[in-house]
Amino acid sequence: MLFDRLRPNAAAENGLSRRVFLKSSVAAGGGLLLGLGLPTFVGDVIAEESSSFVPNAFIRIGSDGSVTLTMPYVEMGQGTYTSIPMLIAEELEVALSQVRLEHAPPDEKRYGNPLFGGVQGTGGSTAIRAVWEPLRQAGATARVMLIAAAAKRWKVEPSSCHAERGEVVHKTSARRIGYGALAGDAAQLPIPEKVALKRPEEFKLIGTPARRLDAPSKVNGTAIYGIDVKLPRLKIATLAQSPVFGGRLKSIDDAAAKAVKGVRQIVQLDDAVAVVADHMGAAKKGLAALVIQWDDGPHATLSTEAIARDLEKGTLKPGAVAQNVGDVASAIRRAATKVDAIYQVPFLAHAAMEPMNCTVEVRKDSCEVWVGSQVIARARATAAETTGLPLDKVVAHNHLIGGGFGRRLEIDGVTRAVQIAMHVDGPVKVVWSREEDIQHDMYRPYFLDRMSAGLDEAGMPIAWNHRFAGSSILARWAPPAFNNGVDPDTIDGAINLAYALPNLRVEYSRMEPPGIPTTFWRSVGPSHNVFVVESFMDELAAAAKKDPVDYRLALLDKAPRARAVLQLAAERAGWGHPLPEGSGRGVAFQFVFGTYMAQVAEVEVSKDGEVRVRRVVCAVDCGTVVNPDTVQAQVQGAVIFGVSAALFGQVTLKGGRVEQTNFDTYRVLRMNEAPAIEVHIVKNTEFPGGMGEPGTSAIVPAVTNAIFAATGKRLRTLPVDPARLKHA
Amino acid sequence: MAITIKVNGAAHRVDVDGDTPLLWVLRDVLGLTGTKFGCGMALCGACTVHLNGAAIRSCVMPVEGVGDAEVTTIEAIDATAAGRNIQRAWLDLEVVQCGYCQSGQIMSASALLAGNPHPNDSDIDAAMSGNICRCGTYIRAREAIKHAAKLSAATGQEG
Repeated sequence: MLFDRLRPNAAAENGLSRRVFLKSSVAAGGGLLLGLGLPTFVGDVIAEESSSFVPNAFIRIGSDGSVTLTMPYVEMGQGTYTSIPMLIAEELEVALSQVRLEHAPPDEKRYGNPLFGGVQGTGGSTAIRAVWEPLRQAGATARVMLIAAAAKRWKVEPSSCHAERGEVVHKTSARRIGYGALAGDAAQLPIPEKVALKRPEEFKLIGTPARRLDAPSKVNGTAIYGIDVKLPRLKIATLAQSPVFGGRLKSIDDAAAKAVKGVRQIVQLDDAVAVVADHMGAAKKGLAALVIQWDDGPHATLSTEAIARDLEKGTLKPGAVAQNVGDVASAIRRAATKVDAIYQVPFLAHAAMEPMNCTVEVRKDSCEVWVGSQVIARARATAAETTGLPLDKVVAHNHLIGGGFGRRLEIDGVTRAVQIAMHVDGPVKVVWSREEDIQHDMYRPYFLDRMSAGLDEAGMPIAWNHRFAGSSILARWAPPAFNNGVDPDTIDGAINLAYALPNLRVEYSRMEPPGIPTTFWRSVGPSHNVFVVESFMDELAAAAKKDPVDYRLALLDKAPRARAVLQLAAERAGWGHPLPEGSGRGVAFQFVFGTYMAQVAEVEVSKDGEVRVRRVVCAVDCGTVVNPDTVQAQVQGAVIFGVSAALFGQVTLKGGRVEQTNFDTYRVLRMNEAPAIEVHIVKNTEFPGGMGEPGTSAIVPAVTNAIFAATGKRLRTLPVDPARLKHA
Repeated sequence: MAITIKVNGAAHRVDVDGDTPLLWVLRDVLGLTGTKFGCGMALCGACTVHLNGAAIRSCVMPVEGVGDAEVTTIEAIDATAAGRNIQRAWLDLEVVQCGYCQSGQIMSASALLAGNPHPNDSDIDAAMSGNICRCGTYIRAREAIKHAAKLSAATGQEG
């Protein structure tokens, strides 16, 4: 999202990322409390340094030697709960198992993710990049203070002591003392001005595979997600919302629903109805028994085709200039060959395995919310706004998330649950059915892209023109980030390409589709742009009659890290080695989220046009690797997420209604369809890049380029349409 | 009408309609939240439990259909050797990500391993393709099943 414009390098140039604000104090119950201030960003402006800095993350070293990190990021499968403690453990010289994590309570002022516009959020593959330096600094500072406390006690020079495994050691006298016994003394010492961080070759933990700290509770059923909340007197509700976005509830006949055993109450809202019951079985049965009349409202005839037609028209006019290099118009005029194409990507649902849910108790003068959220402070704020209670009367508890993928960056579900809970006496858990979850998602936007390029005599691109239209999520979600018609997320992956393109112009038109809400989806802007850019690059190579890998390499002379991943992926994939008829290899390269990645997909296309992705080879350079096992896992998962989208993913509207309902009509990849995936990690000591998302954007064009290699058919509209690939 | 079912070795009397899916009895009435809701139509496998050792989708199993059968959920799967080996293998190979579907994955895999100590890839496909994972942990889950088969063989605890 804001990340690539706000990547830490930008902060380093401003001299901020190397400076870490720290405050020390005595922890409650004794011990050392180190408060840590992360610079915050609003839009792409670094917030004014405040003279009275308020710490927004805390490391507590208890008098029992325990190390607790209060952390502003939520675990939703990406391994954050394991990777982030590694940074502290590394510099503090404690075992990873000694670091305990606590969720930060909702407080946007304190816990805003600096790469996230200061919003308390987890997303955009930002977590490691945001805390890479500050947390190591804090860990190192605490270590130096603990050593100083021990040296003072022993009356020796601090330089004659060192720390290991949670103890300070004075080697010459063989004395050692645990952090717990020193923490109180350390809290009385001044914070050292400057602390040296370890050199990469000194890392003991960073770069080694670490066990996920959250895994044991997830294999025995004890992990508690938002949907698992248990409270005394808890009722369960399920709901039907207007099937057409913007419609209203006209009337209901609830006689049969009320007669269902276990049904307690029917709640009517302007545009939704909920059945409150003793358990979800009764709530669902009650909902099915309701006779509901809807007023479909202004979008009753809306279709995806109409939205696409609007976008097609919209891209006939120039958009806001996202990037302009050289002079594209004159370069196209003198080009030897011209290539034009229109690309389209569909609306996509998140379909996280945990359906939307939120538990709320609204009392006379307070409100409590239990939910799994990527933006817990916003969840709390909407509860206050919806109930009309002051913010300090609202408590929000965050939970594990059963798949985020961007969906839990929105709070529509919390708002809805609070609206329902305001009619219910006692706590109520509102659980969306899968159908309701898919039909009232907020969707990855539909985009339509017009591409045109001019090639010189040798077939190399001298002009690259990319104009596209679609929804801007940031314009709604973080308005200050939307400037001069340009949304830094929506254009991410379309601008600042690693390729040497002497004349390049990228234009974007914000066009909000009527009657369908949009939001972030795993790999966000690049989920769309990388497909377009890498497909079109493949088209140019084909027009030039050149090998797709060689063609790209020829444009990456000045980008050694890009070349390296592309060459590595091609080599490991056996690029150039023949495949059986009906099979093909496709390549894609990208530099997004601060990470270089190349993927080669091998596909097989059957006579009836069915596509199987057999094998995927990924080469990745994400700078310094914190936990290589997490990098592997994130690529494997992101590839499968992307293959699902490429082959099956689309949400369509007919009569204003979402046509897909459940996993039968919104298909996702299953185990028997999953490709073999190889991940090759380039080792270096560069600044870490994001890893949660890049795998998803890269695989999509690799698959469609492989289909082109196998069949000669260029697919410019997603998802893959088997009807177009049928052959005798 | 009160219905008695046996879950994880204990009998429970529940007062719900007979057509109530077992899933909601487990989660909302008995408080066994390890079994997850994903689709409600036996399409995703998140709600998988064992009925007399066989993997079933509890979201479409009416509670009145359970009868005298033994229901086993993720909370008690470690009482079986296959279940323990699958859990061990899941940890050894770091299968989980968000973890939400993993109860169902582990229940399907345990039933497979209990009935087939040496599953091959097509056995695994057949047993596991009904379990969706949006984090995409399939590759590791497949390897973990093979790893669990080895653990079973090593400890002589097949089934």
